[in-house]
Amino acid sequence: MALNEIIRSKDLVCEYITRDEEGNVESIKKAIDGVSIDVKAGDFVAILGHNGSGKSTLAKHLNAILTPTEGTVWIDGKDTSDPENLWSVRQTAGMVFQNPDNQIIGSIVEEDVGFGPENLGVPTDEIWERVDESLSAVKMQEFRSNSPNKLSGGQKQRVAIAGVVAMHPQCIVLDEPTAMLDPNGRKDVIRAVRALNMVEHITIILITHYMEEVIYADKVLVMDSGHLVMQGTPKDIFSQVDTLKSYHLDVPQATLLAEELRKSGLPLSPGILSGEELVKEICQLL
Amino acid sequence: MSIIVNHLYHVYGKDTSRPVKALDDICCEIGDGQFIGLIGHTGSGKSTLIQHLNGLLRATGGEIYYNGRDIYDKDYKLKDLRSKVGLVFQYPEHQLFEITVFKDVCFGPLNQGYSQKEAELRAFHALRMVGFPEELYYRSPFDLSGGQKRRAAIAGVLAMRPEVMILDEPTAGLDPQGRDEILEQISRLHREYKMTTILVSHSMEDVAKYVERLIVMNRGRIVFDGIPREVFRHYEQLEEMGLAAPAVTYVLNDLKKAGLDVDTSGITVDEAADSICKALKSAGKI
Repeated sequence: MALNEIIRSKDLVCEYITRDEEGNVESIKKAIDGVSIDVKAGDFVAILGHNGSGKSTLAKHLNAILTPTEGTVWIDGKDTSDPENLWSVRQTAGMVFQNPDNQIIGSIVEEDVGFGPENLGVPTDEIWERVDESLSAVKMQEFRSNSPNKLSGGQKQRVAIAGVVAMHPQCIVLDEPTAMLDPNGRKDVIRAVRALNMVEHITIILITHYMEEVIYADKVLVMDSGHLVMQGTPKDIFSQVDTLKSYHLDVPQATLLAEELRKSGLPLSPGILSGEELVKEICQLL
Repeated sequence: MSIIVNHLYHVYGKDTSRPVKALDDICCEIGDGQFIGLIGHTGSGKSTLIQHLNGLLRATGGEIYYNGRDIYDKDYKLKDLRSKVGLVFQYPEHQLFEITVFKDVCFGPLNQGYSQKEAELRAFHALRMVGFPEELYYRSPFDLSGGQKRRAAIAGVLAMRPEVMILDEPTAGLDPQGRDEILEQISRLHREYKMTTILVSHSMEDVAKYVERLIVMNRGRIVFDGIPREVFRHYEQLEEMGLAAPAVTYVLNDLKKAGLDVDTSGITVDEAADSICKALKSAGKI
């Protein structure tokens, strides 16, 4: 295995087993069925898929909340199914969930953000430094002495992200972090996530169903019913509009508009990701 | 039949050291049978406003008239108002509690004082209105998918036969397919039953597609109120408020700035594609 691979899974299978009251197996559902991925350290990888496609289950394998039914997951070379590795896996890969209410424990914003590093035994001065930089990374400095209860859902989510950032993980797995945010909050979070990736070189795994958020990713993975069905650069993925639609994914409006225009005969290149790109291409026709 | 909101004010924590003005001189009239989108940045006061419309919050100043009667009159029964103005909260599925979906939907009408038989009739009707699959009527609400749960929760409000239906971000946290299904359903309810509908949303693309009137709130005030096409003309101001126009609006406006004589009023992909093609044709480029 190459040294610079921070996340690697081989033939990962995860089964959810439902049992009746006597403990007999009622049904077995394969949430993940034979997924093999490699993520290089420092990459920004986005995982797309509709609800029930297995993307959140995959995420939960990346910091050993779930362990594989079959196959293996290595985080920084450590097998997640070995209980000995549990803490080091979780320190390597931090996780941000969809619902911030389930992740905030402090009664004041800065205390909540400081909780993680404090738990890791970071010296007090450094804790405050980390709290400062994490809160400013998510633009929540002005709320540092507020109670999280009084924040909106979007603001809470940014605090939750700051809490993970403050622990300085090598890799952050974000499971639909923007599902509850408004457009500005969403932009701020994605900007912060990109900055973490580009400036701090933290590996990012972003799970989302907003395709607008994945255009900056180095690599996009698409999941459907437990399988990895597409992978490639955003451009590769976005040029297959009809395939994406068949996986019930939401294609960005700019891409859809470009596709419509192409169908009516405009010579535009496939896989247009953003409005600016589309405007540029149309202007070349003028 | 209408709701008139007259110079409404609401201050949270009025007698504390940190009062927050959530509503600041709100005036509007909600006409019978309208389909209204209510948008605003997180914390703009939209959730506070809708909670006034069915009497859950009491204004600190101003009046609300429902069908000509002041709801803050001493002899006005707020309980009646609450069954006339149905409010579907954000994440309504968190309020499901009964052992079957059907029982859960019966809860509202039973609470209104209807007989078991009448309540069941209303529940059947409501579940059919939202297109809930019949084979799931007697399943536990906790066995359902996110989209189905949400539908069951919406049916629970519909079973009370409200005249006005207010939905607070009914698509938050759903995947694109679930989102489209719920929005189609809401729009169908509005068409078929002429129910006054207020849709609180963050998604400009959604409101552009469905509603006939758009109210934009910022810092506790109404800043725009009109048909979506008109409101989105102010996309630059919307942006300052942390909102955004649909993505295609930007493409059209950028093309105009780049010198293409294009109609910038389109707010959906199809409209935009049409106007771009027209503009290129009349410029003799295709």
